[in-house]
Amino acid sequence: MSAFRIAGKGRVNHSKPVRFTFDGKTVQALDGDTVASALLANGIHLVGRSFKYHRPRGILTAGSEEPNALVGTTRGPGRFEPNTRATMQEVFDGLKTESQNRWPSLTMDIGSVNDRMHKLFSAGFYYKTFMWPRSFWDKVYEPFIRAAAGLGKSPTEEDPDHYASRFHHCDVLIVGGGAAGLAAALTAGRSGASVVLVDEQSELGGSLLSEPSIEIDGKDAWSWLDATVAELSGMANVRIMTRTTAIGYYHQNMVGLCQKLTDHMATPPADAPRERLWRVRAKQVVLAQGASEKPLVFDGNDRPGVMMAGAAQTYLNRFGVTVGRYAAVVTSHDSAWYAAFDLLTAGVKVNAIVDTRAQVDPTLVDSARALGIDVFLSSTVTGTSGRKRVTSMTVAPVTDGKVSGGSHVVACDTVLMCGGWTPNLHLFSHTKGSLIWDDENKVYLPHEKTEECQVAGAGRAVWGIADTLKDGADAGAAAVKSLGKSGAAVTFTVSKDRTGSGETHRELPTDGDPGSARAFIDFQNDVQAKDIRLAVREGMKSIEHVKRYTTNGMATDQGKLSNINGLMIASDALGRDVKQVGLTTFRPPYTPTTFGALAGYHKDGHFEITRKTTIDSWAEEKGAVFEPVALFRRARYFPQGSEDMHAAVNRECKATRTSLGMFDASTLGKIEVVGPDAVEFMNRMYTNPWTKLQPGRCRYGLLLGEDGYIRDDGVIGRLTEDRFHVTTTTGGAPRVLNMMEDYLQTEWPDLKVWLTSTTEQWAVVALNGPNARKLLEPLVEGLDISDEAFPHMSVADCTVGGLPARLFRVSFTGELGFEVNVPARYGLQLWEMLWEAGQQYDICPYGTETMHVLRAEKGYIIIGQDTDGTVTPDDAGISWAIGKAKPDFVGKRSLARPDLVASGRKQLIGLLTVDPKTVLEEGAQIVDDPKQPIPMKMLGHVTSSYWSEALGRSIAMAVVEDGRARDGKSVYIPMPNGVIEATVQASTVFYDPEGARLKL
Amino acid sequence: MTHFSALSLFKNALSGHKNWQEQWPEREPKAEYDVVIVGAGGHGLGCAHYLAKEHGITNVAVIDKGWLGGGNTGRNTTIIRSNYLYDESAGLYDHAVDLWENLSQDLNYNVMYSKRGVLMLAHNVHDIQSFQRHIHANRLNGVDNTWLTPEQAKEFCPPLSIDPGARYPVVGAALQRRAGTARHDAVAWGYARSASQRGVDIIQNCAVTAIRRGPDGAVEGVETAKGFIKAKKVAVSAAGNTTVVLDSAGVRMPLESFPLQALVSEPVKPIFPCVVMSNTVHAYISQSDKGELVIGSGTDQYTSYSQRGGLPLIEHTVAAICEIFPIFRRMRMMRKWGGIVDVTPDRSPIVGKLPVPGLYVNCGWGTGGFKATPGAAHVLAWTVAKDEPHPINAPFTLERFTTGRLIDEAAAAAVAH
Repeated sequence: MSAFRIAGKGRVNHSKPVRFTFDGKTVQALDGDTVASALLANGIHLVGRSFKYHRPRGILTAGSEEPNALVGTTRGPGRFEPNTRATMQEVFDGLKTESQNRWPSLTMDIGSVNDRMHKLFSAGFYYKTFMWPRSFWDKVYEPFIRAAAGLGKSPTEEDPDHYASRFHHCDVLIVGGGAAGLAAALTAGRSGASVVLVDEQSELGGSLLSEPSIEIDGKDAWSWLDATVAELSGMANVRIMTRTTAIGYYHQNMVGLCQKLTDHMATPPADAPRERLWRVRAKQVVLAQGASEKPLVFDGNDRPGVMMAGAAQTYLNRFGVTVGRYAAVVTSHDSAWYAAFDLLTAGVKVNAIVDTRAQVDPTLVDSARALGIDVFLSSTVTGTSGRKRVTSMTVAPVTDGKVSGGSHVVACDTVLMCGGWTPNLHLFSHTKGSLIWDDENKVYLPHEKTEECQVAGAGRAVWGIADTLKDGADAGAAAVKSLGKSGAAVTFTVSKDRTGSGETHRELPTDGDPGSARAFIDFQNDVQAKDIRLAVREGMKSIEHVKRYTTNGMATDQGKLSNINGLMIASDALGRDVKQVGLTTFRPPYTPTTFGALAGYHKDGHFEITRKTTIDSWAEEKGAVFEPVALFRRARYFPQGSEDMHAAVNRECKATRTSLGMFDASTLGKIEVVGPDAVEFMNRMYTNPWTKLQPGRCRYGLLLGEDGYIRDDGVIGRLTEDRFHVTTTTGGAPRVLNMMEDYLQTEWPDLKVWLTSTTEQWAVVALNGPNARKLLEPLVEGLDISDEAFPHMSVADCTVGGLPARLFRVSFTGELGFEVNVPARYGLQLWEMLWEAGQQYDICPYGTETMHVLRAEKGYIIIGQDTDGTVTPDDAGISWAIGKAKPDFVGKRSLARPDLVASGRKQLIGLLTVDPKTVLEEGAQIVDDPKQPIPMKMLGHVTSSYWSEALGRSIAMAVVEDGRARDGKSVYIPMPNGVIEATVQASTVFYDPEGARLKL
Repeated sequence: MTHFSALSLFKNALSGHKNWQEQWPEREPKAEYDVVIVGAGGHGLGCAHYLAKEHGITNVAVIDKGWLGGGNTGRNTTIIRSNYLYDESAGLYDHAVDLWENLSQDLNYNVMYSKRGVLMLAHNVHDIQSFQRHIHANRLNGVDNTWLTPEQAKEFCPPLSIDPGARYPVVGAALQRRAGTARHDAVAWGYARSASQRGVDIIQNCAVTAIRRGPDGAVEGVETAKGFIKAKKVAVSAAGNTTVVLDSAGVRMPLESFPLQALVSEPVKPIFPCVVMSNTVHAYISQSDKGELVIGSGTDQYTSYSQRGGLPLIEHTVAAICEIFPIFRRMRMMRKWGGIVDVTPDRSPIVGKLPVPGLYVNCGWGTGGFKATPGAAHVLAWTVAKDEPHPINAPFTLERFTTGRLIDEAAAAAVAH
């Protein structure tokens, strides 16, 4: 048995010992312990070092608000995480924990020299120094500061765990499973509403877990709790989730939950996720998050052994652990008196209760005295002693807020403090619900709400179990009523209740110099009362400035313990009322949330989907090299043997130009535009005229943004009078559909047009090359595909090899070309059929790289490569695609803007290097005079550049200022290792400028 | 006012820090100023500093509806870089970086400008083309930016995963070495202290409700929560609220405002030596002096003035971070928050004169305003003092949205700021 464990007491399993390590030493624990309770059971209080001064720190709380007792935890290879709250981490066999922010060891920490120099290291000291010499900041000072700060160490290995996520809808979500939450859940559950009840602890009960002596409905608190949990668990409409934190409250009653699933297990089930993120959309939310005990601010309030009175009570009653042998209490609230009584009953000597109040409930005082406790009312604590564990505290009487007499020393190994209770309103504040200062209770309370929620219990300053149960039940009933269901609030009878009141303090009065007192507000970040006053003295008059200047409330507990004390002291220093000073904004998450849980399933292959065409598997089998294009992966080239990309592309280009190439064009976006006003819609969306385009014919379509710049393009076929088959770029498909829908729904709702994305309905095989028709002709039924009957830019339905097909005669290579569209499920079948049939023509599958080269030889642009969102149709040399007689189209007005018709615009031109072997770098910048000094005047840049096998030289396209007027002139491309000269060619067409090959 | 130095810190430590003075005294507005600046963020306060320091104009008030530095200055992820594509942008942002280099000394306030280097990751062929275009343009513009192989990128930033099998493998990176981060609050405070020291009045918690124009159309002053304040020159530097303020002067601004989120992890010992940005997977990350990983998220899809945002964006952002830096999967998000970004149609700012005599504006910075703070403030002060734009901000006019002379970095390269 551990030295500070009481046999048989608490909710831990005394017959199930557990062993874990802390800084390499084995610690005896019991099943049900937290790391903190187990360390305390073994008399270990020194657990960590503070952020700035590296002061020794112990365990302050018993909950998720813990600022001090943060440890690194390891549960096997790759499973290390820093900054874990020892107060929340459940123990299991094999868990390894380590203290943080100390070197070389917890007891001997070099960094504690900072504490000796604390007078220098005041709030914001780093803004005032470290500026000379200038270069020392990033070389010397900053690395030093960074190394000293930072708490735990980052993981350095990849996390082997995985994480899950779920969506859920319910009638009532109840956050917090204490008395209020349980009462709300009973009320809502019995009404038949679908209820989710969550609590961050390992079991439901909240403060009832620490208060077993209270009786509810004739049972002791724990028996009542067991019965209540049993009843709720038995309801099919109630879902209970423990170890689950409501991290944030979002618009329209959406609450994010993070559920811890395996961190408490020695051997988690194989493949179990570590955590699960829930997005719960609730019709009603009940916030029953309770209150946090507030520290008192006095010199030396941070020594190991100084802890919250309520925490000591929890360790005793819930875990069967006494936090010391002889305790002293300092409080301004009744609740600490009960804690003292419980400890004393358990055998701890309580040397003194110091209460700041002159008037305290006489029954408390009498009970204390009867138990042999020295009681000091209207008194203060002016200091403590003990470096790594508190050994005494100094008490002095107070009159009118000032120390009024001699002090005396109370020996103790534990100081229990209580400065009252702060309602936990974080989630309520996430919704931008307003808070109001309650002068009676000296707390902020929920005021005007913006979401469908109720706040119940200590969260709105309702104290005592009886009142809390009633408040929770009422909140549950109110939620039920809002749902339109009926269900009365459940009622309870409570006896032996503990309720009480208190007063709120700034710093406790002292007879010393408050300017030198080490009175901590934010324990982790080492913010002291005097730092707050310094910030105010320096003009930080907004509470946000105070926070940012001192870092108060910016530690991992996010101000749960420090906000109100900081506010009080700031308001004193400012000479302003607390409610005028106000609070800083509460931000999600309620407690720090694992990245992995937020990422959920979106990891590795599931980070984002990879879209594949139906022909993808064939390409993979043939050893294609792929490239990502938008969400798709596309075959880039099909290397044979030891070919590199250039060799493969040269071969693919040649095969296509001389005989026959095949290409998977399925990724192109496809939108079917249908309706009596389809042609009008097309006239308005695209620059081209569509009215006279005959059914069965195609046209190159150009789409602009409202700003007149090119957004997308594609071949568009008119299937019937009222039906168009629009193709878009691969990446542009969703954008174009969105843009079309946007105009249709908001600008032209009168048009009778329907838009359907058909990208994934069709698989598309492009056949290009002089032998394309020879291959296809025998396979096509129901259509004459001779040049006379089915000329370039035609579309028709037919069958190909027995498959229903929509056949286009189009070309993106400059060769005779067909694009066979078949329903996607036939895509692979079609491809394999054409592959087999094409063997007689040495058919060559080619990828996107060859497609790029072939189209560049023909001067066809690629949106996003040769255009970049700043290119007009005229810039791109395709103003022929504008229907000049049309009254309007998207972007038309902008095309007339002064700068879009001014001279000196960058125009797309062809570029031929003087040395035909030199292939320019895409993105390279072009200048007139390569000898000019930097910054150089740049004319434009190379957009596309390739080796052309057909031409036996390099080719490039570029956008160049007044490019077309430079036809035949030289420009220069200054590269890091020399200048390249090139000649401008006004036309971007390098190959077959007459287009004869299209007309075969 | 006490000069900040190691010596003054030491002396004050001996006297218990009781003799420090207010860094910027609280002021009640005077009846009239030469210049009123609306918005006490880094840009507005910086403008006041440069007006006083470089143009001798000290009868200036900076007015804010809230606390100074409480808008985007205090909410951003503090990335500073200047490797922009277009000459106009490169000029403006590089001007800012030049000023960043000496800002601590100029202000006598340590703004902690840390030249950690900004690494922008390329994940596909399009990224490579785009980054190369930037690097070539930057080289000819004299802006530092170099190409790294995946291995070199990993060496520069060890937590980076360069697994070629990743969904978005790292295929290279562009590195600007003199880019980095700074302490955002210190920028606002340093400018406020310096401006105040030079005679500028900083008036917080005083909303400007309207701009008053005279019969000739020129600016006469501003209506505020504390009454009318006369001024012949008014500069508005109020981010998303610029539209509201300028509406009252009859100037309609082409701005949309979106919530943009960011988050920090719990603090850890130094692990992340630089800034990494990936536009393709939407991730921006650095580590603060306190040890937190500082991570930028995206904008919500709807316009709003609410300084919070949705959870799904955060999930996506964190997933992206974990994808590129798998060792961080067990780290925890400590805090997330929202700011409001004001976005112009070309996502470049508007800095300069407005068609109303005496009215100037500095807005539309979208997600990229912090890095430009000293540069923008400096040229705005010039513009206000001389009633004509500095050559650096001359292209950033409001008129460009009429003429079409846009400066569209994002369109040019799909690069978010």
